[in-house]
Amino acid sequence: MELNVSELAVARGGVPVLEGVSFSVSAGEALVLRGPNGCGKTTLLRTVAGLQPALSGVIGLEREAMAYAGHSDGIKAVLSVRENLQFWADVFGTGTIDPALAAFDLHGLIDRPAGALSAGQKRRLGLARMVVTGRPVWVLDEPTVSLDMDAVAMFAGAVRTHLAGGGLALMATHIDLGLDEARVLDMRPFKAKAPSIDDFDGAFL
Amino acid sequence: MIALLIRDIRLAVRAGGGFGLGLAFFLIVVALVPFGVGPQSALLAKIAAGILWLGALLACLLSLDRIFALDWEDGSLDLLATAPVPMEAAVSVKAFAHWLTTGLPLVLAAPVFGLLLNLPGPGYGPLVVSLLLGTPALSVIGTFGAALTVGIKRGGLLLSLLVLPLYVPTLIFGAEVARRGAEEMAYHTPLLMLAGITCGAIALLPFASAAVLRVNLR
Repeated sequence: MELNVSELAVARGGVPVLEGVSFSVSAGEALVLRGPNGCGKTTLLRTVAGLQPALSGVIGLEREAMAYAGHSDGIKAVLSVRENLQFWADVFGTGTIDPALAAFDLHGLIDRPAGALSAGQKRRLGLARMVVTGRPVWVLDEPTVSLDMDAVAMFAGAVRTHLAGGGLALMATHIDLGLDEARVLDMRPFKAKAPSIDDFDGAFL
Repeated sequence: MIALLIRDIRLAVRAGGGFGLGLAFFLIVVALVPFGVGPQSALLAKIAAGILWLGALLACLLSLDRIFALDWEDGSLDLLATAPVPMEAAVSVKAFAHWLTTGLPLVLAAPVFGLLLNLPGPGYGPLVVSLLLGTPALSVIGTFGAALTVGIKRGGLLLSLLVLPLYVPTLIFGAEVARRGAEEMAYHTPLLMLAGITCGAIALLPFASAAVLRVNLR
C-alpha cells in the first residue's frame, strides 16, 4: 500500500491555491503537512480524500482507501457516544467499536449523549471514528484541535497503532505530536501562481 | 444503509428532531379552515379533499430542510460522502426516512382529520390511497430540493420556492383522486397518473440529488 500523489493542483472557491504537489507515503509512514493558514492544506486533504476534484495531477489510490476527518466531527448531539460510533461502524461494515473506545479512553462516556461532551471529548469521539472505519489511509485535518496533552498522546498512540498495522496517515497540524517518525512536508513552495481557470467552471466565475 | 435509516429515524424521534411537527401543523391547518370558511358543512364537504391534500403537502414541506442541512452543519455529510455507501443510495435512504417520519403519519392521520372537514363517507378510501401513493413523491422531490439548497444558511425559504412548483403535478392528481372519490366518481385515471409520477420521481430523482450533493460538497 502506497499513496503516490504527483503534480497535484487544487483550487478552493475557483481559485487555485496549490500546484505541483508531489509526495509519496508508504505503508507504516505518516506525513505531516505544514504551512501558514490559508495556504491550502484543507483543500489538499479534501481533494486527496475524494471530496472535490483536482484541477490536475494524479492521486495514486482510489477514494475507497481513505478515511477523512475534517474540522467538524460529524457528531449527533442527541445520540449517545455508543450510537454515534456504532453508526459509523455499521456504515463502514466493520461492526466492532471496542478498539476505538479503548484507543481514545471513551469507555466511561459510552452512554452519555454526545451533546453533553466537552469540546475535547467530542474531538476524541470524532477521532475514534477513524479507528472504526478500518480504512488504510487516514486523512486528518487539524486532528488535535481542543485536545489536551494527554489526549494528544492518546491520539499519537492511535496513529502509531494504525501505522504498525500497515496503515498510513496524512495530516495537517501545527503542533508537535511527538510522532518522531513522521515526515514533514512544507506547503509553501507549492503555492499556485496562475490565478486563472480556463474551463467550463471558469466561465461562471 | 439500514444503519443510516435507523439513525435518521432515531434523530427524528429524539428531542429537537421534528417528528410530529408536520402532523401538528397538518392538524392546525385543517382545524383553521372551517374558521375561515364559516359554518357551512356543505361547502366544507366539497373542498375537504383539496384542503386535506394541501395541508399534507405543506406539512411535508415543513421538515424538508432538516434532511441534509443538519448533516451538513455538523460535518457528517462530508463523512457520508467518503463512506462506502453510494451517494444515490444514501439520498434514497434519507428520502425514505423522511417519508416514514413525515409522510406515513400524515397518511394515517388523514381520515381522522377528514372528519373535521366533513369529508363525505365514500371519500375516505380514495383519500388514504391517494396520500399513500403521493406522499413518497413529495419526500423524494423534497429531498432533491434539500440537496440543491444544502450549504445555504437559512435556505428554508428558497427550498420552499424551489420545491412547491415541483409539487404541482402530484397535488393535481392526488387531490383529483380524493375529490372524485368523495363525489363517488371513477378515479382510476388520476390514480394511475399519480402512481406514475411517484414511480418516476423515485426512479430518477435520487440520481439528480446525488449529483447535486456532490457538487455542493466541493
